Amino acid sequence: MAELIDLVLLGMLAITALRIIFLKDLFAVVMLFGIYSFLSALIFVNLDAVDVAFTEAAVGAGIATVLMLGTLALTGRKEKANSHTALLPLLVVIVTGAALIYGTLDMPPFGDPENPANQHVAPRYIEESPQEVGLPNMVTSVLASYRAFDTLGETAVVFAAAIGVLSLLGLPKQSQATIESGLKSHLVLRVVAKLIIPLILVFALYVQFHGDYGPGGGFQAGVIAAAAIILYALVFGLPLATQVIQPKLLKILASMGVLIYAATGVAGLFFGGNFLDYNVLASDPVAGQHIGIIVIEFGIGVTVFAAILSIFYGFASQAERANIQ
Amino acid sequence: MSFIVDYYNYWIVVFLMMAGFYIVISANNLVKKVVGLNIFQTSVFIMYISIGKVSGGSAPILADGITSYSNPLPHVLILTAIVVGVATTAVGLALIVRIKRAYGTVEENEFKDKDALI
Repeated sequence: MAELIDLVLLGMLAITALRIIFLKDLFAVVMLFGIYSFLSALIFVNLDAVDVAFTEAAVGAGIATVLMLGTLALTGRKEKANSHTALLPLLVVIVTGAALIYGTLDMPPFGDPENPANQHVAPRYIEESPQEVGLPNMVTSVLASYRAFDTLGETAVVFAAAIGVLSLLGLPKQSQATIESGLKSHLVLRVVAKLIIPLILVFALYVQFHGDYGPGGGFQAGVIAAAAIILYALVFGLPLATQVIQPKLLKILASMGVLIYAATGVAGLFFGGNFLDYNVLASDPVAGQHIGIIVIEFGIGVTVFAAILSIFYGFASQAERANIQ
Repeated sequence: MSFIVDYYNYWIVVFLMMAGFYIVISANNLVKKVVGLNIFQTSVFIMYISIGKVSGGSAPILADGITSYSNPLPHVLILTAIVVGVATTAVGLALIVRIKRAYGTVEENEFKDKDALI
């Protein structure tokens, strides 16, 4: 049954991608891309990757779509007719695709427990992480403990990307709600947003702190919390949103998160362990792991929240400025 | 039939990858190119998750009565890759906004023409 669902969903994904190629209306392209992300989230659920599906649904279908729409607002929604021939790209793609399809025949069959990928470190993670780290969610154990150094790098990349966007677009000045902004005139939107925003924030906190036991964690929680504020900014206007969460605060939060993460690693050094070794943080190794993971997940959540929100502020302030001119 | 089920995921991955690749090299509009890059990226995500799937396995969250779990390692790699992916996409989109401001267009051939004039 799971195979059948997999077949159907992947087929739908392929059709969506095919449609995106030929559409000239970029607004429709972005909307289809949102659908594409939701479909891939469903596929991830079907392939047992619940944490990944969670992230894809929040990031791909939510944040990426909003950012692309923000760009379209500044660059125009129509793609102009293509002047150069499409024959050469088509040829390149067909040849590359054929070579890759030929290559897949050497891949181990899908879903086989004996696959090399499932033989290396994975059995150790599955069998020993519940005792060693003491968490039921193995993805969190691997993410925050075994591969914590890797995740520190990823968090730093998110932080760096936020710096990149801010240096290109700048943050909005805290301001002067002089012009009409947002969708305040729509009563239904306003009431629904007011009801739903607190729930989204509570859900983000749940995802943050329940991530050790169920699907979730800092990455998802940060994105969901940012989505709540983005919804607020979309409905009530950017000037009001920047009064609620000030751009200055975001700069501090984004760097704080990475610092909290790195400081946890350094604390391990001071207690006589390795960098990011949580076993030494408490008298009992498993308790130490718990402390370490909660603290670094918090750091991740703060950085991701601040980075995503400041990226959105960057795009929104550009759009706002274009509106004034 | 089993031959198809064994490789179906990888074939779709290759198809999506090529669809994204085609958009990137053939599209003139920069925003569409970024969408193409994202499709390419998602195909890689699906490939990793497909590799980690174990038939009859369950999501890698410890529960009573379940003996077979899917591989958690690809999940970790892809989870972080998705968030990093949206952050880097944002940098790309920010560059497009600046290109629009500098050249007045986001169509590749048009701003190349303007470059040629300088």
